Amino acid sequence: MKQNILLFSLIAVLASCSKDSTTPVTDPNEKGVVVLEFDNRAGTDDLILNNQQYRNAAGEQLTISAFNYYVSNFRFITATGKVYTVPQDSSYFLIREDVKSTAFRTLYNVPAGDYTQVKFMIGVDSARNVMDIKKRPGDLDPAEGGYGMYWSWNSGYIFAKLEGSSPASTDAQKQFRYHIGLYGGTFNNGPRTLNNTREVTLTIPNNGKAIVRRDRKAQIHFFADALKMLNGTTNVSIAANPDVMVSPFSAKIADNYTQMFNIDHVHNE
Amino acid sequence: MRHRYRWGSGIVLPLLSFLILTACSKNNTETKPEPAKNISFVKPAGFPEPAYRLADNPVTTDGFALGKVLFYDGLLSRDGTISCASCHIQANAFTHHGHDVSHGIDDRLGTRNSPPIQNMAWSTTFFWDGGVHDLDLQPIAPIENPVEMDDKMNNVIGKLQRNTRYQQLFEKAFGSPGINSTRTLKALSQFMVMLVSADSRYDRFMAGKETFSEEEKKGLALFEQRCASCHQPPLFTDNSFRNNGVAPRPFGTDSGRYKITLLDEDLYKFKVPSLRNVALTAPYMHDGRFGSLESVMNHYDNGFYATATLDPLFKNGFSLGDNDKKALIAFLKTLSDKGFITDERFAPPPGFVQGD
Repeated sequence: MKQNILLFSLIAVLASCSKDSTTPVTDPNEKGVVVLEFDNRAGTDDLILNNQQYRNAAGEQLTISAFNYYVSNFRFITATGKVYTVPQDSSYFLIREDVKSTAFRTLYNVPAGDYTQVKFMIGVDSARNVMDIKKRPGDLDPAEGGYGMYWSWNSGYIFAKLEGSSPASTDAQKQFRYHIGLYGGTFNNGPRTLNNTREVTLTIPNNGKAIVRRDRKAQIHFFADALKMLNGTTNVSIAANPDVMVSPFSAKIADNYTQMFNIDHVHNE
Repeated sequence: MRHRYRWGSGIVLPLLSFLILTACSKNNTETKPEPAKNISFVKPAGFPEPAYRLADNPVTTDGFALGKVLFYDGLLSRDGTISCASCHIQANAFTHHGHDVSHGIDDRLGTRNSPPIQNMAWSTTFFWDGGVHDLDLQPIAPIENPVEMDDKMNNVIGKLQRNTRYQQLFEKAFGSPGINSTRTLKALSQFMVMLVSADSRYDRFMAGKETFSEEEKKGLALFEQRCASCHQPPLFTDNSFRNNGVAPRPFGTDSGRYKITLLDEDLYKFKVPSLRNVALTAPYMHDGRFGSLESVMNHYDNGFYATATLDPLFKNGFSLGDNDKKALIAFLKTLSDKGFITDERFAPPPGFVQGD
């Protein structure tokens, strides 16, 4: 009997911790909270700035001193294909490895639902790149929140930045700098410039879902693998390209960062 | 100490003399403050609609006043020595006269000639390569350029926020307390859009209020025939980017517009500059290589360096006779706008010392 009580209370505790069995959404106006967590990685490991040695696919040894990127234009998709688009004005996030508070982003008023996929943009869309400065507060303010992620001489955001040092670098200080931006601007309706924004759609693994309800909180835990800026469809050699900024080669790194993200898991509280 | 201008030094002396004066003449009723001149943006007759979104940032007397103080304040640079006005001098239509490329902080040299700040409201892009597409975003570039003002925008905003004088000026300009980058940039834009040059002898001639000499008339006719397709009146630019055949330097060639677009067709193209006040803004071309209008005329007399992107206008030869050159120069001088370069509304505030 004693054992039964113990077992029963154990089940009760477990059930209350992981609210897996949920009631279906009935109130169309029900809203809940989603937290996005961006966890920066280097391969299978946690990313450690400056002191930890890594190796890229080209076989070069390196350390990383900065890893920042913009993610924006978030959409949540249910198994039945219903899409919720986060209001665009509150849908731009600059994640900085050196500022831990940037890793967690809370979204309120997300319609209740069981979401299985997240779609978002890496970078900042062209419309926002040319919008009046007063429509770009916080993370988008080139002088404040977005500081260091904006080209003043070639108006536009740096979408992803990876900096560090490597004995393989041909730079005098053995540094490398990858500043990837360019939003496909145009002038006088002429040809568009390179567009290095990329859209990705990620599926929550293991048939998981983000359960959004009035009384709950779904936390989606993303991994962003810094090394994948260098490894992918093009294995970037630091010796050959220690600095990539505004150049045609930047598109290759943008293709690489398309593969940089995955959802590791979701906490449904 | 060159270029140094700080609010402190700018107001201490006037304040001191005011105190002394008021102390000595107690019988005076009250010294009336100079009435604030009402500032508003006026589109000159015959000019197109401005490209700048004035409705989003209407020019006000207090906003303009703040923008002007910012423009002339070395606080916007790393060590307080370089203001916008260091390289943009009113007497030279807001250019750095006499400098092929400007020297900024620590006398570091840039790579391009500082362009005039005039008729900015009609400019669709900024800088020789057009890398900036919005006047509001323009000041960030020189502030952060290591060879110009070498500061960081967030640091500049911090300096302004800690300055009580600026706290007052911002509140006055925007109606509520608070200093941020948007307000700072909008105030600078308000000052810059007011720098309108549209009252040269040429403008008066076109309005029938001025006469031209025969040579000037000949120059005008030649200009309309040979030059005006790119240097379109009334702005004297078509805001396009073109390769006018300026020979590349053997070292450090400036690829111009290509730096922004990465399009091969834009190699060595630079923005067509306005020719208003051109006689006041020597030297010429993107790197200031030509010291005189005569040299510029000689360039346009088959002095072109042929590359794949050389403008079609020059591909099959383009020459100017000696008399044509003289007449064109005589005409170009009619584009000088004395009212613009002496307008007290744009002049340095008291205490500002112009460097060299």
